[in-house]
Amino acid sequence: MGCIACAALVLDGAGVTLARKESSSIPVEADSICPDRFVGLGPTEIAALPVYYGRRKVTLGDLFEVEGAGAANVTVSGDLKAVKKIGQGMSMGRVTVTGDVGPHLGASMTGGEIVVQGNAGDWVGAHMSGGRIVVQGDAGHFVGAAYSGEPRGVRGGTIIVGGNAGREVGARMRRGLIVVLGDTGEFAGAGMLAGSVFVGGRLGGRPGAGMKRGTIVAFGEAPELLPTFRYACSYRPVFLRCYLQSLEASGLIASPGLPDGEFRRYVGDMNSGGRGEVLIRDQSQ
Amino acid sequence: MHINGVKIEDTFAEAFGMWGSRLIVTGDDLGWARTAAEAATGFATSIIGCGCEAGTNDLAPGELTPDGRPGVAALVFTTSRKNMEAQLLQRVGQAVMTSATSACYDGLAAEEKVKVGGKLRYFGDGFQRSKLLDGRRLWRVPVMDGEFVVEESFGVVQAVGGGNFFMMADSLTAALAAAQAAVAAMRAVPGAIMPFPGGVVRSGSKVSSRYKGQHVSSNTPYCPTLRGQEDSALREGENAVLEIVVDGLSEAAVAEAMRAGIAAACLPGVTRISAGNYGGSLGRFHFALRELVGT
Repeated sequence: MGCIACAALVLDGAGVTLARKESSSIPVEADSICPDRFVGLGPTEIAALPVYYGRRKVTLGDLFEVEGAGAANVTVSGDLKAVKKIGQGMSMGRVTVTGDVGPHLGASMTGGEIVVQGNAGDWVGAHMSGGRIVVQGDAGHFVGAAYSGEPRGVRGGTIIVGGNAGREVGARMRRGLIVVLGDTGEFAGAGMLAGSVFVGGRLGGRPGAGMKRGTIVAFGEAPELLPTFRYACSYRPVFLRCYLQSLEASGLIASPGLPDGEFRRYVGDMNSGGRGEVLIRDQSQ
Repeated sequence: MHINGVKIEDTFAEAFGMWGSRLIVTGDDLGWARTAAEAATGFATSIIGCGCEAGTNDLAPGELTPDGRPGVAALVFTTSRKNMEAQLLQRVGQAVMTSATSACYDGLAAEEKVKVGGKLRYFGDGFQRSKLLDGRRLWRVPVMDGEFVVEESFGVVQAVGGGNFFMMADSLTAALAAAQAAVAAMRAVPGAIMPFPGGVVRSGSKVSSRYKGQHVSSNTPYCPTLRGQEDSALREGENAVLEIVVDGLSEAAVAEAMRAGIAAACLPGVTRISAGNYGGSLGRFHFALRELVGT
């Protein structure tokens, strides 16, 4: 492995910093980059934690320069596009990723916070049940979605994507909130069981296909819905204001962020009981 | 002790432990929010006949409502947590939910909760939906103007009820002016309400009666029309008495409201400020008037 200079790290207070030593397209399974795993460990012990580099089992120290100690603040930097599963299963602390990161970020996490100062790959927050993920750039497909064959995906927590996201955002989610401030691909909220998906930009085609319950909100342009959705009314949903107020108050979205006002309510998917809803903001306001 | 020539009697108000809740009632505009909150806190002057004591409170400066719309706080006081749940169910269900554009949220960060929205939701006939936001469950109940949003449960805390003071004046005009000035000053105190109409009570009571089965009766020693017939607590020249009763979410809130009210009530025509007590043996909280206004 040849070494390249990694980006300088800036930390707020004490914490662990992990700087990728080299760029590589070989996938790294780095579920050991998780605050829960760092509790009580110094840099040497952290560097000895296992990761998979392709098929090979290596240590974190083989791939990352490790500095500092403490689980509350973990900063990861360098070329992370092929680094998967950062923060997987985490329950506490904060992980900051400077730059782009690979798939399965924060999958199955139950608490804590992950902030990505860049883009993220597919499966952001898959199966998470608590905590918060903020991706300041774009995210790939299947944000907060259920893995294939799994009946339900996200069961709690919040995912915020500042840019665009791919298809099947929130597919089969059971609870929680996913906000994509940009556009989404097709099948957002497909098979949703409950929870909320907010899309600030253009909502991709066939949203909510097969949804049983839950809420999809289109603040921007929305496609024609599937024929298994029925128009209910135009109204001002008060509960939506609670969400927007909370998001703005917590600084997760800028203020004024997503606009409220009059929304057209569609109920569906009638093929799955019709207890879900798609709210489309009236663009004439 | 005198303030502006008004004598502050060397006595104390005796108050009791109660349970308190704080509701945030919102509406499309402040008028509708206030309408709903006032309806919910109507007929809640005295625990004896109304089941609870309640009133409205402006939100603290800078306090945002959960939905960002204009809102009013409604404070409700009962003798037990069980009664609180029953009262909130009735009052939120009958007065807030029925009010156009309204929504109702818990306004207390309390550990103990009573279930309100979690029971009112059944009005939705199966079409109610819930949202879990920041650990708080909100119910969306379909109504004819859209949705009534109500929080699943409301906090309840140990509170103080029955702080009071009397304003004796040479005329009803002077007593009314003093009472209104006092209430205006007291309404600025967060966490305290004056449950009687306009914040003022004229029908003070004593805990006895000459009639069997009647436990309380008119506070005859303070009725000016009975001077000469009954033992009177009024002095020469005193022709009207009005009382202000205060309930608060804390002892400090009641004390601050009483202090502000007494200071504002010392106007021309007012002869004395006094307070009601039972000798100090019944109520846990004692508010000495001179200590309040001396601080």
